[in-house]
Amino acid sequence: MKRVIGVVSLAVAAGLSGLAEAQVLKSVRDRGALHCGVSQGLPGFSNPDDKGNWTGFDVDFCRAIAAAIFNDPTKVKFTPLSAGDRFEPLRSGQIDVLSRNTTWTSSRDALFNFVGVTYYDGQGFMVRKALKVNSALELNGASVCAQTGTTTELNLADYFRANNMKYEVVAFGTADETIKAYESGRCDAFTTDVSQLFAEKLKLSNASDHVILPEVISKEPLGPLVRHGDDQWFDLVKWVHFAMLNAEELGVSSKTLDEALKAKQPEIRRMLGLEGSHGEQLGMTRDWVVRIVRHVGNYGEVFERNVGTSSKLGISRGLNRLWTKGGIQYAPPIR
Amino acid sequence: MSAAFVRQQLIDPKTPPLLSVGIPAWLREKLFSSIFNAVVTLLSVVVLVALIWPAVKFMLIDAVWQGTSRTDCLAETVGRPVGACWPFIAAKFGQFMYGFYPGDQVWRVNLTYAIGVALLVPLMIPRVPYKGVNALLFFGVFPFFAFFLLVGDVFSLPHVETRMWGGLLITLVISFVGVIGSLPIGIVLALGRRSSLPLVRWFCILFIEIWRGVPLITVLFFATYMLPFFLPENWAFDPLARVLLGVVLFAGAYMAEVVRGGLQAIPRGQYEAAMALGLGYWRMMTFVILPQALKLVIPSMVNSFIALFKDTTLVLVVAIFDLLGQLRAAFADPNWATPVTLLTGFAFAGLIYFAISFAISRYALYVERRLSTDLVR
Repeated sequence: MKRVIGVVSLAVAAGLSGLAEAQVLKSVRDRGALHCGVSQGLPGFSNPDDKGNWTGFDVDFCRAIAAAIFNDPTKVKFTPLSAGDRFEPLRSGQIDVLSRNTTWTSSRDALFNFVGVTYYDGQGFMVRKALKVNSALELNGASVCAQTGTTTELNLADYFRANNMKYEVVAFGTADETIKAYESGRCDAFTTDVSQLFAEKLKLSNASDHVILPEVISKEPLGPLVRHGDDQWFDLVKWVHFAMLNAEELGVSSKTLDEALKAKQPEIRRMLGLEGSHGEQLGMTRDWVVRIVRHVGNYGEVFERNVGTSSKLGISRGLNRLWTKGGIQYAPPIR
Repeated sequence: MSAAFVRQQLIDPKTPPLLSVGIPAWLREKLFSSIFNAVVTLLSVVVLVALIWPAVKFMLIDAVWQGTSRTDCLAETVGRPVGACWPFIAAKFGQFMYGFYPGDQVWRVNLTYAIGVALLVPLMIPRVPYKGVNALLFFGVFPFFAFFLLVGDVFSLPHVETRMWGGLLITLVISFVGVIGSLPIGIVLALGRRSSLPLVRWFCILFIEIWRGVPLITVLFFATYMLPFFLPENWAFDPLARVLLGVVLFAGAYMAEVVRGGLQAIPRGQYEAAMALGLGYWRMMTFVILPQALKLVIPSMVNSFIALFKDTTLVLVVAIFDLLGQLRAAFADPNWATPVTLLTGFAFAGLIYFAISFAISRYALYVERRLSTDLVR
């Protein structure tokens, strides 16, 4: 009997959520706001500013979707989620898109749809300049501070074993404890994702005494994700990302947009909706890219503003450069 | 008659020895009455200074008081070791107090606080008359008034969604609703658990044990993410309301056990005396048993209230930002990331939590002393 009730309630739940999933774009339009899941605070990616507005790289992606749909980047409602509880709200339909520096893995893709890689991250090391170490390969015999319960420790083990080096791991429960331990000299090196290394470096007294090593020892492709079961919505969110990359590649930024609207290049004219109806095919308006670039900017602008060298974090583009500039950010064409 | 060797007048009293009056006497009697006590006193002084001095140094002496961004709180810029970074608190103060409540609507929160205090203070001072009207206003009218004022959408007040609420506002709303809601539920459940009707008793036992057997964090998580699966889509109600319901039922189950403890401490003679006077069940409970029972459990009730006040911070797991949640979000602002940001934030939150909890417990102590006339010897 218990099992029957269980099965029935599961089926009911699945049926209800199935209904809810069918038309995400329509329900977003009807309620007049995008529901977006972000982190509860990750420097440069999503955090409230002094005025209480959410800002950051992941936040801007949701603002771009809202700009494309409503021509208004403020029509987003942010749900701040912790790492452990981030998937349930997406599954239950409380949020339409999860933009929360989530690593794209096969097991997660089996449950959700990743729309692309908005940020290529990877695990790196920070050491004291006084150690005079220039490469992670010189870390033989070092003690390394890491956070427990993450893939960080496993990557660390793989890397040192593959390079036949000895090391000692000193693990802590939270990021704050780990960086404090590193600062107080408990270990020679501190390891986590490179984007986080830059953020944590800001919390060190005498930050200039520390250096982030060039090696990246793991693949952490971060991207937004949506629920299974609504291909139209999946395509729309995916193409918001591609549109921002295409805009950068074609040199269209929020500053050059008005000039670009007079351009003769067919790629630019197609992208900006001056020719063809590519936006309508995706369920948006013809000028969707114009809206995104005007309100939020192209990929490069968003990167620089939130995490790039002109921001407090000061991360260089690295792998996130466009494919034309030596990176691996590449978008299919709009045509 | 009078003998020459008997004095006619009393000798003038001499001043007591210097060490037996005033501060020296107090010192000698309380702090240095034996060698062992003297050692303990000195050790305590050392420990106190060792604890308090760094706090004072951090929060006042080394603190930075003015600035606009992280650079103002860095030791490199200031040129000395830096303590608390108060400009960080100042920049985020609105968020700590009101969350993301729209800036031009914050007066509504302040008005709610003001009315709440204006009603609560006379209620807490025994000498002020009209306690009945006052209590009715505070417990009966004020919650509805506060609800409409904070949520809006009436009398041309713009609607403010509860997802915009946060900070101390959320902490206070959840605690207030939890306290006000859990007490009646707890009393009813406690009476039900001691009822002679088996069905009522079993239901109450089941209810209490289930809610006490589940951690609050599970209740919150279930109320927020699982409940929508079991309700039709148009039934879904506000996330904060779901959390409040969970907190009230959860706190109610604990309150029931506290009240039951008080009921059990009342001697059978009291019940029998009430019955002998011809009082029915409800009158017996209202006029004889409960006033005595509740008085006995004031310390445990206050304990529960303070625990509830601090437990509210668990709502962070369901994406509602209370004071601590706002604090953690503020830590992530790269504009304020410094070595001391974390410590400053926690020092600030600690002061607020301490001030409120301490005030509650001191007032409860006062009420307890006032009510416990029969136990004073």
